[in-house]
Amino acid sequence: MKLPRLKRKTVTEASLSFTFTRRAMVVGGLQAGIGAMLIGRMAWISVAENEKYNLLSESNRVNLTLIPPRRGWILDRNGRALANNRTDFRVDLIPERVTDPEGTLRSLAHLLALAPDEVERIRTELDKAPGFRPVQVAEKLTYDQFAAVSVRLPDLPGVAPSQGFSRYYPTGSTVGHLLGYVGAASAKDYEKRKDPLLITPGFKVGKEGLEKWFDLELTGKPGAKRVEVTARGKIVRELTTRPDAPGNAVKLTIDAGLQDYAGRRLGAESGSCIVLDCLTGEILCMASMPSYDPNNFSDGISHDEWDMLSSDERHPLINKSLNALYPPGSTFKPMVAMALQSAGVDPKERVHCPGGYRLGNRFFRCLGRHGSVDMHRALAKSCNTYFYTMGNRVGIDVIARMGHAMGFGEKFDLPVSSQSYGTMPDTAWKMRRYDQKWTASDTLNASIGQGYVVVNPLQLAVMAGRIASGRNIQPRLVKGRYPEAPFMPFPKEHFDAVRGGMWEVVNGDGTAGRSRLDLPGIQMGGKTGTAQVRKIAGSQRGQSGAWKYRDHGLFVCFAPTSNPRYAASVVIEHGMGGSRAAAPVAKDVLTYLFDPAKAMARLEELEKGWGGPPAERMERQMAAYRLAKAIKKGEVVPKPADASEAENSANAAASANVSETADNPPPQRDPNREAGR
Amino acid sequence: MSIIPQPLTEFPWRVLGILLAIAGFGTLVLYSAASGSITPWAINQAVRFVIFTGMAFVISRVPLELFARFAFPAYGAVLISLVLVELIGGVAGGSQRWINLGFMQLQPSEFMKPIIVLAVARFYALLPVGEIRRWTAIWPALVLIGVPWALVLVQPDLGTATMIAAGGVTVMFLAGLPLRLFVGSGLAIAAIIPIAFSFLHDYQQKRVLIFMDPESDPLGAGYHISQSKIAIGSGGIWGKGFLKGTQSHLDYLPEGHTDFVFATMAEEWGLVGGVFLIGAFLLLFRWGVGVSLRTQDKYARLVAAGLTTTIFFYVAINLMMVMGLAPVVGIPLPFMSYGGSSMLTVMLCIGIIMAIERSTRRGGRKPGSWG
Repeated sequence: MKLPRLKRKTVTEASLSFTFTRRAMVVGGLQAGIGAMLIGRMAWISVAENEKYNLLSESNRVNLTLIPPRRGWILDRNGRALANNRTDFRVDLIPERVTDPEGTLRSLAHLLALAPDEVERIRTELDKAPGFRPVQVAEKLTYDQFAAVSVRLPDLPGVAPSQGFSRYYPTGSTVGHLLGYVGAASAKDYEKRKDPLLITPGFKVGKEGLEKWFDLELTGKPGAKRVEVTARGKIVRELTTRPDAPGNAVKLTIDAGLQDYAGRRLGAESGSCIVLDCLTGEILCMASMPSYDPNNFSDGISHDEWDMLSSDERHPLINKSLNALYPPGSTFKPMVAMALQSAGVDPKERVHCPGGYRLGNRFFRCLGRHGSVDMHRALAKSCNTYFYTMGNRVGIDVIARMGHAMGFGEKFDLPVSSQSYGTMPDTAWKMRRYDQKWTASDTLNASIGQGYVVVNPLQLAVMAGRIASGRNIQPRLVKGRYPEAPFMPFPKEHFDAVRGGMWEVVNGDGTAGRSRLDLPGIQMGGKTGTAQVRKIAGSQRGQSGAWKYRDHGLFVCFAPTSNPRYAASVVIEHGMGGSRAAAPVAKDVLTYLFDPAKAMARLEELEKGWGGPPAERMERQMAAYRLAKAIKKGEVVPKPADASEAENSANAAASANVSETADNPPPQRDPNREAGR
Repeated sequence: MSIIPQPLTEFPWRVLGILLAIAGFGTLVLYSAASGSITPWAINQAVRFVIFTGMAFVISRVPLELFARFAFPAYGAVLISLVLVELIGGVAGGSQRWINLGFMQLQPSEFMKPIIVLAVARFYALLPVGEIRRWTAIWPALVLIGVPWALVLVQPDLGTATMIAAGGVTVMFLAGLPLRLFVGSGLAIAAIIPIAFSFLHDYQQKRVLIFMDPESDPLGAGYHISQSKIAIGSGGIWGKGFLKGTQSHLDYLPEGHTDFVFATMAEEWGLVGGVFLIGAFLLLFRWGVGVSLRTQDKYARLVAAGLTTTIFFYVAINLMMVMGLAPVVGIPLPFMSYGGSSMLTVMLCIGIIMAIERSTRRGGRKPGSWG
């Protein structure tokens, strides 16, 4: 077969040789060309892109481990630590490196004496955690425990002991609600911020309260440890370590000693105690008890502890100073007295109290027959008839206007994530809310702080402070340079009339005569209040029966009366009466401000009767709860001695679901309520 | 007459120098790749180099006639062993390339690389001059190339198959076939590539795709190319220094002593080392092409140029692969990559070229007289 077209050119040996020479040179030239291109390519990669590849090579070689920054301290007004950091030995598990989870857990439980529910927690977290994210085994270990784990590391793959810092609250539960607590960041936090610091073992974020509000401020800059690693993750050597920069401190207006004192003085009661500077509005203490110990929360709380806290009918998980609402009862009356005067009522005008007030065919009862009373005496004796009469005369809208001016129904500008601000009702409010006209009997109930009125303890303290100083104070939590607050636009005589009545309550012929300050030259003015929890049924007047149906005891006060400086509110849930439950607490707390030693002596005496300071009591409660639970499960046969205590706790746990909650008060649907005292 | 005795002046000092430079450098790189140890790689490589160099000198003493005479029988033998591989060969890394002879693993496709050059060159040397522009000049060569190419491709070993085809076609080109045939088939192949792609094995397709965009899969199949580029790129102009490469020593660079040894070298010696090495290889090719140009014998010059090009393909394909210009096909870098097979083949090529040079110096005989 031939290729006709190709045949035309004659081919000789010589021409073929020439073709070869030419083509061999072409091949040689191509080789040189490709060689040059390869050099060019290499130069491009190694010179022009050198920086990029250097970076990649470094990021291959160097593994960066973050060192969690120490959290900024939270200080009180005098620079005392309310929250600081402790050196801490801890042990974590890296799930993906654990080869034998059960065996590892067994040895760890043995070495660190872990409680069974702790082991259970670790097991569930281990199942859920993505492989790289460490699971905390234990924190706050002693050096011996730490060392015991460290020497056994070769047999325990995936176990990572480390040394770091953990949050510490020196006063424990008394600052629980105020400061909140810290904990490991949640998956949601990480998704939002994408900060690798959040999944670094030992790093904590603020979960509640001020810790949460000031989280970014308190979080410092993480340190970093650079190590050289092989492709398989084996560490070759450590390179450099950059230390962490601790977070900023936050200084509060709180007085650490007073805060702790107030919390302890509330004792076994469920309630709140707030003290503020009535010139500047600085909050000196804001205690809510019972509380949780934020130290325990920061460790990662156990199931049992959480169950116990959330099922307790005294609601240790709720900050009662801000998030609980109560009918103010008679503590409302100083504000109403201001309102009456603003509508032109002469404080000297007298009203006859025959033991109640007739409105149409209904009789609104007073708690006694007070005879002829003026404003001063009506406050001192807490006479409902006077306030029914005058309140009905001026009308609810006048009272509501003054109520708002005094802080009721208002939200304050505070660094807290939630405030329940309650209700200061008026005609428009009722129309809006219930689509009903406001009635005279609504006014009567509101005049004595019942009916639709609900307030939180902070609002009560602010009212007391505003009346005490006449200044429009705003409550403050963060220490700063606050000028004295401006005066309120009401005449001085109006304030004097109310303060006079409040002086009489404590120091004269009043309802809180037993709670006089036992300090030379210092007197306090106050007002008691007893607020109903539910409609009075028959003879049961909220003074007996089940704890949760008893009346709340409230007290607002200020001191010294001669030149008011401090104002306070105390609310004792189901304390049955303001003068009986709340006023004595206020007395001791104010005493602490002027004579701490004297106040402490009294507290220590009281605590002896209650079974020790809060931490001890909580521990006992926890032990009893665990036992009760074990008995319920049938794991432990009750010993006679433990049985009664355990049963109490079990009952407490069982009743959690039905308990009436103070933070979420029942709507006050019954306008026919009778009086508070 | 020079004072120096003739055997000494005839001794190929220049090529030996080039080989020593490349292999010495390669041994140094292998020493570093083993984290500063002559075991396990550097010492083996050095010993092999010495043995194979000796072998090359022995080959260079073999009369050229023998290469011509045994070209076809050798081709046939390797072809048969390729078929045997297909039938009884062991499977390594997803492809069938080896015959276990008991004392060593034989990879016949490796020998096909130089043999195809010898066989095709033999064919054109035998072809009467006037036939060069006929069909009879084309189809037998295509068969000679096509059969082993297909056998190697189904192993599958794309890299070696490509080198066999390239070596054979280069000889066809040098033999003087019309230029337009090459241009035409080049265009045809360009058109066929997309179709051929669909016939590739999954892992080959993946390699090709990842070669196009290595960053698309930096931790999977693109890992080799990405890490290799990082090693070369981070070396910069002067390199990180001997024994100071991190990519290789911390195991980020896979196959850092075999196929990707150039990256190991470049990381520590930088662009300077690369230029030195590529320069040395270019000198080697210049020597090979030079030998072919000086040779009057038709067969010998085709063989010399063809074998030089075969070595060139080793170097070019390996470097393009290492620098991310070609897919990862498993072609080692002569004298640098650790391994016996490739060094044996390349030394075979060098030995034959030296034999040609030797016979040319001796004045040779009449061209085409061995027919």
